[in-house]
Amino acid sequence: MSQSDTRTRAAIELPVYMRRNEFEPVPELAALRDGPRVARVRTAFGIDVWAVTRHEDVRTVLSDATTFSNTLGLARMAMMDDLSDEERARMRAGNLLAFDPPEHTRLRRMLTPEFTIRRMRRLEPRIREIVDEHLDVMAAKGPPSDLVADFALPVPSLVICELLGVPYADRDAFQRRTGLLLDMSLPMAERRRVGLESREYMATLVTRAQADPGEDLLGMLVREHGDDLSFDELAGIASLLLVAGHETTSNMLGLGTLALLRHPDQLAIVRDDPAAVEPAVEELLRWLSIVHSGTMKTTTVDTEIGGVAIPKGDTVMCALPAANRDPASIDDPERLDVTRGAIGHLAFGHGIHHCLGAPLARMEMRIAFPALLRRFPTLAEVPGAAAFRSFHVVYGMARMEVTW
Amino acid sequence: MSAAEQDGQVHVVADRDTCIGAGMCVMSADDVFDQDDDGLVTLLVEDPPDSTAVHRAVAGCPSGALRIAPR
Ligand code: HEM
Ligand code: SF4
Repeated sequence: MSQSDTRTRAAIELPVYMRRNEFEPVPELAALRDGPRVARVRTAFGIDVWAVTRHEDVRTVLSDATTFSNTLGLARMAMMDDLSDEERARMRAGNLLAFDPPEHTRLRRMLTPEFTIRRMRRLEPRIREIVDEHLDVMAAKGPPSDLVADFALPVPSLVICELLGVPYADRDAFQRRTGLLLDMSLPMAERRRVGLESREYMATLVTRAQADPGEDLLGMLVREHGDDLSFDELAGIASLLLVAGHETTSNMLGLGTLALLRHPDQLAIVRDDPAAVEPAVEELLRWLSIVHSGTMKTTTVDTEIGGVAIPKGDTVMCALPAANRDPASIDDPERLDVTRGAIGHLAFGHGIHHCLGAPLARMEMRIAFPALLRRFPTLAEVPGAAAFRSFHVVYGMARMEVTW
Repeated sequence: MSAAEQDGQVHVVADRDTCIGAGMCVMSADDVFDQDDDGLVTLLVEDPPDSTAVHRAVAGCPSGALRIAPR
């Protein structure tokens, strides 16, 4: 994003649950959580939403898909686009986040077997190779390096290639396109074009999987549910996995590395003690809470959250960073402590839409952080070069120069 | 206190209709929980020894599919 662009957008005033000072949610968000608890907030899109901030309340909302609907929220967003009903239905097909039960349950049940811990362990050696290859290239090129462009972005994108069975010959083009998809500095028309191209490519993958289903996720879906899943649904699932799985994991790798660099004692623990990696990843997920809020929910009835009455048809947003730093759910929440080993953070959401890719994302992070820190034990940020990026559903880094 | 609790065991109930297959329970306590071919939770033992791992698994389940119940 260009400098002037950043300023114009900042002037549009992000909603409070998206605003941060580097790693910290803004103090106003904590004040909201520790005071009124649930409050009306004006969003950048000009509509008012209810922001839910406490850990307990966020869990309640996310556990109750009957009262808090994803389908209706999305329908409202879509009104702002000039699409026909048919186009809208096609864009929505296969997008788990756009559906409530029973439609959601149907899709999720088909996908769950693809993301078991056991299945993920099978991907593990390939993930290690992908990580090592990128570290080799960084080492060969020598410092400085933009950790975002050289490591954090390409690794998760190649892991998704692996998952979806993108042929090797197509991977360079795939990488280029996914890079462009996330490039906020491109003009809107250009971004829309890249988005369409990406969907078209997913359609190519589906056509291939239908003709000759392989061992990858699309192949498995075609073999086991080929009669039940439409072409659009398969393409939609593939697109969702890319959209939901690429940028998130990328930003955790970039932001997480920077957080560790700024807490050298904790970095040393993650680098030197293999047993410390698993709890450290959970703590980074909690402390960074890169997904500001997840999808908007619409109330299907008059209801109440934490004593605040919410009428039917209103929009509710769950402020995940606020909930993950709720002093009622965790001691000393503002402190990053990779050894705390606490459970129950909401960085992957909660309830029926809880991140489908969580086992995969966890495995990528558990491999990537220690591999990076061990390869470059003297890794350091180039002072003043880290560029945080907030105007986006996922918080993260635009650039991050490092040396070693 | 139930008989199970007295001898240091707890009774775990898993609701497979609620499970979303996030596998958090398997990560917390893979001697008690497993995922079947559909990715849904299965219990390897119904009355496991009372351990922090089991309680963590139950508390950490994102769909609320697990609970510890008296027998
Ligand atoms: C560290 C990285 C990641 C984070 C922080 C993250 C976070 C989240 C969150 C918060 C949600 C819930 C959204 C809501 O309730 O509105 C979600 C859903 C989802 N995530 Fe992730 N995610 C990550 C990585 C991945 C990966 C690697 C994949 C797949 C390859 C993935 C696939 C999905 C899908 C398909 C959903 C929708 C599930 C449903 O609606 O049932 N995510 N993720
Ligand atoms: S943690 Fe809960 S949702 Fe996940 S597999 Fe276990 S029982 Fe199912």
